[in-house]
Amino acid sequence: MIASLSLILLCQLVGEVAVRALAVPVPGPVVGLVLLLLLLLARDRYPALARGPLGNDGVESASRGMLANLSLLFIPAGVGVVQKLDLLAEHGIAILVILAVSVIVTLLATVATFVAASSLFSREDEAP
Amino acid sequence: MSDNPFSLWVYLSQSPLLWLTVTLVTYAATDAVSLKTRRHPLANPVLHSLWIIGAFLLLTNTSYTTYFAGAQFVHFLLGPATVALAVPLYENRRRVAAAVLPMLVALTVGSLTAIVSVVLLARAFGLPREIILSLAPKSVTAGVAMGISESLHADPSLTAVSVILTGIMGAIIVTPLMNFTGITDFRGRGFAAGIAAHGIGTARAFQVDEVAGVFAGIAMSLNALVTSLLVPLAVTYLLR
Repeated sequence: MIASLSLILLCQLVGEVAVRALAVPVPGPVVGLVLLLLLLLARDRYPALARGPLGNDGVESASRGMLANLSLLFIPAGVGVVQKLDLLAEHGIAILVILAVSVIVTLLATVATFVAASSLFSREDEAP
Repeated sequence: MSDNPFSLWVYLSQSPLLWLTVTLVTYAATDAVSLKTRRHPLANPVLHSLWIIGAFLLLTNTSYTTYFAGAQFVHFLLGPATVALAVPLYENRRRVAAAVLPMLVALTVGSLTAIVSVVLLARAFGLPREIILSLAPKSVTAGVAMGISESLHADPSLTAVSVILTGIMGAIIVTPLMNFTGITDFRGRGFAAGIAAHGIGTARAFQVDEVAGVFAGIAMSLNALVTSLLVPLAVTYLLR
């Protein structure tokens, strides 16, 4: 458990150091995500890596536990809305309409593209 | 026990313990209600925790800074949780590999649509530049979106609010909208939920269909990568 959390924090730490050292506009945790993914893939190739947090479902179960309560983690930042009440009084309706329209457009564009692309690529596969 | 209940309150209201407890208890209660209503979209635990805690802070005249001193322990976990997204991605690597082409095309189109639509709409509504920048990354998970917002010198707390509003609206609308279009490919439906409405959309997708949930999780992780690259580019071009 502690070793698994340490591995996750270590990936994030390396990610944060890397993005600051290279001055790239990617958040550190995203680099950490890629690092952890590469570690897990490397473990499949080199079984010697399957120990500690990388063995015995360690880092996997710690991650699942964290992701199961993902909603909770949004709350402290979201409560920041109390500082924005004047801004919301002024622009709140516009912001709500913009976000609602954008989310609907995005949902439709994404699902239509996915369905169109998957039928296109599977037809190519079937062609002799 | 203190003689004066007021001095006890003064002590507690300044300590992280009280605000961390308030956050966890409120979430536990709203999550229980959400379970009771069989995860009805309108019983979203984030939505209800926000107004309950917000009202409590306003009623007790507590500043957000004081609240955050306690709640930061929860907030901190957003970073590690983003790293943890590697695990569902890894566990579904075969499914990802099998649908990699449609996913990449849909990822590009969806991610661009999410950013461009919000920036253009916000400009059409004549919102100030700082608000537009804060809204731009609203379709990715909060930890990443706030990081993007910070790097653009926008307002991370407004970003967090717009991320959460987007997630809640996406989670409420996705099922009726998809049923209306008649699309029954749950891979695509889930993928769209993850692109448009990040973790809150993914949580919703898992309640509707297991496959949809897996694809939503993949979409959310990939979108975190792509959006953090695209938003700085998009705002440079669209807000010149």
